[in-house]
Amino acid sequence: MSADTSTAVTTPTAVAPGFNRALVGYAVIAAAALALALTVPSGISKIQLTTGPEAIKIPLLELPAALAVGVPVIAAAVVAIAALVQQLRTKASAPRWMAIVAGSLLLLGFLAHLVAGKDGVLPLTSLLTSTLFLATPLIFGALGGVVCERVGIVNIAIEGQLLAGAFAGAVVASIASQNPYVGLIAAPVAGVGVGALLAWFSIRYRVDQVITGVVLNVLVLGLTTFFFKGLLSDLEGLNDRARLPVLPIPLLSELPVIGPVLFRQNLLVYLLYAIVIALQIYLFRSRWGLRVRAVGEHPKAADTVGIDVNRTRWRNTLLGSAIAGLGGAFFTIGQGLAFGIDITAGSGFIALAALILGRWTPTGAVAAALFFGFANALSQSLRSYGVSLDSNIPLMIPYIVTLFAVAGFGGRVRPPAAEGVPYVK
Amino acid sequence: MTQDEGSRRPDAVEDAPTADRPTGEVGAPDQQPPSTSNALREALQSMMSSSVLVTVGAVVLALVIGSVLILVGDTAVQSTLGYLFQRPGDFFREAGRAISDSYVALFQGAIYDSEATTAERRVRPLTETLTIAVPLIFAGLGIGLTFRVGLFNIGGQSQLVLGAILGAWVGFALDMPPVVHIVVVLFAAALGGAIAGAIPGVLKARFGAHEVITTIMLNNTSRYFLLWVLGTGAFLSATPQVSPGLAETARLPLLLGGSFRLHLGFVLVLLTAFAVWWLMERSVLGFQMRAVGVNPEAARTAGMSVRKITVLAMALAGTLCGLAGAMQVAGTEGRLTGSVYGSIGFDAITVALLGRSRPLGTVLAGILFGALAAGGRIMSSRAGTEAELVTVLQAVIVLLIAAPPLVRSVFRLPAPGGPRTRAKEVAA
Repeated sequence: MSADTSTAVTTPTAVAPGFNRALVGYAVIAAAALALALTVPSGISKIQLTTGPEAIKIPLLELPAALAVGVPVIAAAVVAIAALVQQLRTKASAPRWMAIVAGSLLLLGFLAHLVAGKDGVLPLTSLLTSTLFLATPLIFGALGGVVCERVGIVNIAIEGQLLAGAFAGAVVASIASQNPYVGLIAAPVAGVGVGALLAWFSIRYRVDQVITGVVLNVLVLGLTTFFFKGLLSDLEGLNDRARLPVLPIPLLSELPVIGPVLFRQNLLVYLLYAIVIALQIYLFRSRWGLRVRAVGEHPKAADTVGIDVNRTRWRNTLLGSAIAGLGGAFFTIGQGLAFGIDITAGSGFIALAALILGRWTPTGAVAAALFFGFANALSQSLRSYGVSLDSNIPLMIPYIVTLFAVAGFGGRVRPPAAEGVPYVK
Repeated sequence: MTQDEGSRRPDAVEDAPTADRPTGEVGAPDQQPPSTSNALREALQSMMSSSVLVTVGAVVLALVIGSVLILVGDTAVQSTLGYLFQRPGDFFREAGRAISDSYVALFQGAIYDSEATTAERRVRPLTETLTIAVPLIFAGLGIGLTFRVGLFNIGGQSQLVLGAILGAWVGFALDMPPVVHIVVVLFAAALGGAIAGAIPGVLKARFGAHEVITTIMLNNTSRYFLLWVLGTGAFLSATPQVSPGLAETARLPLLLGGSFRLHLGFVLVLLTAFAVWWLMERSVLGFQMRAVGVNPEAARTAGMSVRKITVLAMALAGTLCGLAGAMQVAGTEGRLTGSVYGSIGFDAITVALLGRSRPLGTVLAGILFGALAAGGRIMSSRAGTEAELVTVLQAVIVLLIAAPPLVRSVFRLPAPGGPRTRAKEVAA
């Protein structure tokens, strides 16, 4: 999904500072791959690829650990070293796909290494499924953030938008006699409500956008908890469970591994695919996208050529908030859960991290969110593989990675130039 | 680029409160001495448009919005809505009862409980208010300090957590004589907070990493770090996910005897507030910090090391937030738990904003939020209005205070200082 990022993001100025860091990155991948290869335990790695419903079944793989770890890991090392050599020889950055391939292979080897010689089975398909499951609201939130921040409005209120969407989705679906699709309409509307406040205070009254965002998060948490305790738990029929039905796509859903992971999902996830693709194309290939980016990078110039800066900011803030609000619905009707206090539990902040790590691009945000989802999925299932590692440690990883990323390790992270600055004509 | 961005944005943080300050404070440097004939009129106008009035207006508006929420959440009021047009009187009577019940209970829980039977119980609410305010003020002072240096420190939570971890460990693992022990606990907590504060400071100064992002990341890291620490051998106790209790020698002594929770921390926080005031207003370092906050470029030109001051300010803020953590473990809680930080880290941001980053303002704002929190508990038990109303009130108050023109337009207050400052405010 992130394969086309390089063409979209890489500008001549971005290549030069990232060059050396890419070298370091490839060297680290190669070193890690060799380290894994040298420490392969004896025994077998059991890998499960099919989980049940799909038509094409693959039996449980029981491979000798040396093979299961060695093959992907050595392949990863080869790709990484090839990229390293190519980059040094041609003095230009190696194509992005090499990093993705090397990273994925390394990950596969790492997983095989984890279960090598242990009783536990590595359920690769269900691990990937729960990765997407945990990443979905993060992707929605991060995309909502991209739409806002590209236009120069800092969206710290993603958490509040997700929470408002989760609340409205659950409550409206319950009122509409548990019709989850009605909730799917209410969730973005709630997100827009939060976004309108953000825009009103930060554009109309030029209140600092970070302050507005932080306070809006508190406000939404307070309001939803207040109504949850005061109304939803007292009155019947306001907070029942409704679940978006799973709509398997014919044929595609029968494929092994990718079928259940990608094509056995509910409408919300399919909407997500559409939004990601549409945003990536429109943001970088359309007149709308050019205007949006102009407002975010140099509002004065945009104004000079006749773009209404504040109107564009208003529109985008509302659009972004709607996307984040829609993502909030995933916590309730997307999972078939009733609303609960602080049900989003800080996901908005991880989405913010994904947005930054993805360098303010839709596909980058998706990749980062998937990475966070994977770290989370792995931490939840570590115990079942027979690995004794405190589950809190993998949960810290996304934040620490983002910390390093923001500090500039592994490439320059540059926000839109006019971010957070109110525009005064 | 990132650094520029970072330094520019928090300036706006400063600008919002200062925009209407000159007229509010007597003798502000850029004020012309008023001619005698106009003195009264100007004094009146400056009072009308002062930040104090905006603050009061914001509180009033928040209470109005809170009233609406009380009505929505009250089942008796809802039942009268069914026949609103037949007997509107019922609705208004029930509405009035619900609102006054809630706010009376809020006051009783926060200041003076007129319903209590003994004198001790009557004044207990006020002491509870002050007890809750202590960590809020400590953390609020820290966050306010970074605001004035032009840094937006959202990391109060992580600094508090690390302070609480170190403070608690020293408190239960080490054996020391009475007075020394609590002093060491406070130092350990301050050190823990300073480390957690210095990390984003260094990342900002050295790599230009935006402190909003790094502190948010550290907050979330600290949450899981705390849970992990509580599971390690050094912190194991009979109860899972709770550390052993701190030694008696490591606890802050109670100020008013065993029936009140108010502890020595209240005195400490007042002394600290004074120290912060002295540091910011009277010391060379404070001058440098304020200079960096107003204009980092100018400060750099004047020969100050912006990097050093950035790190120092973040570490100082961390120290204060770490002390807030000490107040939790050595004051009220007596042990380290997985939720020891509560919502103090975020509440402290609103406290600092409400207090306009000034020590006195922060103390008062902390006490107000302490009062709201203490009152909220009684309000939910007596009037049945959920305590989260208080969270909403806090958020609304801070939002409105950040937007003075909004409050002024609602109450038809004049803009500060006539056309000149009005133009400045719009331009800010």
